Amino acid sequence: MANGVIAENNRSFFEESTNRHSGILSWLLTTDHKRIGILYLIAISAFFIVGATFGILMRLELIAPGETLMGPQTYNSFFTLHGVIMIFLFIVPGLPAIFGNFFLPLQIGARDVAFPRLNLLSWYIYILGAILVVTSLLLPGGPVDTGWTFYIPYSVRTGTNVSLAIFAAFVLGFSSILTGLNFVTTVHRMRAPGMDFFRMPLFVWSMYSTAWIQIIATPVIGITILLVMMERLFGIGIFDPSLGGDPILYQHLFWIYSHPAVYIMILPAMGIVSEIIPTFARRTIFGYKAIAFSSLAIAFVGYLVWAHHMFTSGISDTARWIFSFLTFIVALPSGVKVFNWVATMYKGSIDPKPPFLWVMSFIVLFSIGGLTGLVVGSLATDIHLHDTYFVVAHFHYVMFGGTGTIFFAGLYYWYPKMFGKMYNIKVANISVGLFFVAFNLLYFPKFILGYQGMPRRYYDYLPEFTQLHLISTIGSWIMGITLILIFANLIYSLLKGAKAPQNPWGGVTLEWHISSPPPLENFHEIPYVDHEPYDFSLLEKMKNESH
Amino acid sequence: MNHTENAAAVHPVHRDDVGARMGMWLFLFTEILLFGGMFLAYAVYRFQYPEQFKIAAMELNTSLGTLNTVILLTSSLTMALSITALQKKNKFLSLVMLSMTIFFAFAFLINKYFEWGAKFSHGLYPGSEELLAKSNGEIVFFGLYYMMTGLHGLHIIIGIAILLFMLVFIIKDKVTYDNHVKLENSGLYWHLVDLIWIFLFPLFYLIH
Repeated sequence: MANGVIAENNRSFFEESTNRHSGILSWLLTTDHKRIGILYLIAISAFFIVGATFGILMRLELIAPGETLMGPQTYNSFFTLHGVIMIFLFIVPGLPAIFGNFFLPLQIGARDVAFPRLNLLSWYIYILGAILVVTSLLLPGGPVDTGWTFYIPYSVRTGTNVSLAIFAAFVLGFSSILTGLNFVTTVHRMRAPGMDFFRMPLFVWSMYSTAWIQIIATPVIGITILLVMMERLFGIGIFDPSLGGDPILYQHLFWIYSHPAVYIMILPAMGIVSEIIPTFARRTIFGYKAIAFSSLAIAFVGYLVWAHHMFTSGISDTARWIFSFLTFIVALPSGVKVFNWVATMYKGSIDPKPPFLWVMSFIVLFSIGGLTGLVVGSLATDIHLHDTYFVVAHFHYVMFGGTGTIFFAGLYYWYPKMFGKMYNIKVANISVGLFFVAFNLLYFPKFILGYQGMPRRYYDYLPEFTQLHLISTIGSWIMGITLILIFANLIYSLLKGAKAPQNPWGGVTLEWHISSPPPLENFHEIPYVDHEPYDFSLLEKMKNESH
Repeated sequence: MNHTENAAAVHPVHRDDVGARMGMWLFLFTEILLFGGMFLAYAVYRFQYPEQFKIAAMELNTSLGTLNTVILLTSSLTMALSITALQKKNKFLSLVMLSMTIFFAFAFLINKYFEWGAKFSHGLYPGSEELLAKSNGEIVFFGLYYMMTGLHGLHIIIGIAILLFMLVFIIKDKVTYDNHVKLENSGLYWHLVDLIWIFLFPLFYLIH
């Protein structure tokens, strides 16, 4: 397949642009999905670092009881901003906007996404949303202090800049919706000849499911945000109990989006895992269709479990057991994936390179996160653990340990393809190890703290919690160092690293058939696909393709 | 493909009408969900305050509502006629029909202005003393009324902007009989705005 895929002039998308401008304008006006992916990578990484800094400072405050670094009001703003930035600016757009943009068209053999200009617009809308978030910090009134959930009635009563901050979330939702509908259309309309749905790489499947959730769930948060804004501006009464409204309705509407949103966060990560494991185990994926359909199943069932966030909010017992039951159901497709990944490695020829090590770390951390999810999904235990550090620990294990880890895995897997440079493997291995240690030091004590009754979002705590808080804070320092190491390795290699070959890991999906970094329109000639995505017998043939 | 030094020349114009329509349908789907959140709120509160909703609905002017329904339905017709005219290569008729659609859209808004204005002069708006003196169900009813018809009105204004762009595109021959997917998509949007009104009208004006 794919003869003559190497660009004749050997120029990459860095050297050739879609427009007539040069320099910074050729990037700001680009419609090339790869350049837009890199624009997102820069913006999203910057916000990740900002969000992480907030987190590390919060941990420093909690190193001992009483005031250490900041007052309670500042602390309230810090945890809100940490949440808002990490959720809306990093983890929701993160993997789809960076890797989805860059690799979805490559993996289905397309020259670009279906709507390239809309794609660029989505980036600008993202940046506009980010500017609004930053503005809300600086304006009089002060930064938001409601927590990222913006629960009514406090979010209507507080004098801080809630309206602007939630409007930013509304704007960011627009960006998310447009990216989602772009990807769904791309998958339906732009696949290379011969690539039917069951020849698509599993990353494409997961992006497809993610895009559907973005389309189905995001408008609900949009309207919820508008209602909160109107409530603050005019007092329309829809959520205000003194005017006849119902604050619980807000929680319903909020979680109808925000629970599916956690699957927007995790599904792309699961897709990347399904790419990395076959490549480094040199075996085709075990249970391809099971993994593909489990993505859709997660997308579908994940839409119906939202009220498990509200077990203690005062909803009926019938509603509670139904939502608890559905929550257990959604664990099934996740389990299907984990078992299939592990089965893929069985008798494989495993090559433990950094991306693979990241994935190993993911499987452990995500399994802990997933299983503790069942603890808070059960009615009886949730009553005890609701709104404690246990939930904080669970959430960070699935989100940071799951999606965050795979953000690095994807970056270390595809970095040579994106930039044509190879990073230092030894340093990368050390960072994975450090990350794993730091992560567990940072978050595992929170399970115990939560079990012992430490409530989340509290500024102060009882003296008996001091030791565990101290361990967690020390973990946050090691985590900070690890993050510097992770990014420094990549930035150093970008400037001084060795040139990466076309196919450094021996992958067989379509992106490894073209040069690193890819040429402007990806494929000189659109390939014809006549095999399954993880057919490693192709490796022999591919040796002749690279140069 | 001919790879030359000129980057712009090698970037082919990608045109996919089916894809464009698919994208539009997906977008309309998100619009329905956006309004869906409010229909949900309406259902919840109608169930909670059936009597008070009935009383509050008496305040609304059914004839003005009916007039607006007729205006909007007619505008949907002229919109569809505009697309058909263009497909049959009748550019002039298409422009006339499109202009009529825009005219009806303005008529709808003017009508709405008078309707809201009358409510305001009776002191029926969120936060007013007269409304706060009423029962909770009535306050919520008017909260929903302003929110839902207001958001719908905003969609009409956005629609007018889109249709004005289409008018210019047709005049400049950027939208033509063999390349009219933009006009079709604008039409789809317009029909959706119409459709949402078709649900708003009975829920607020007709159910007493």
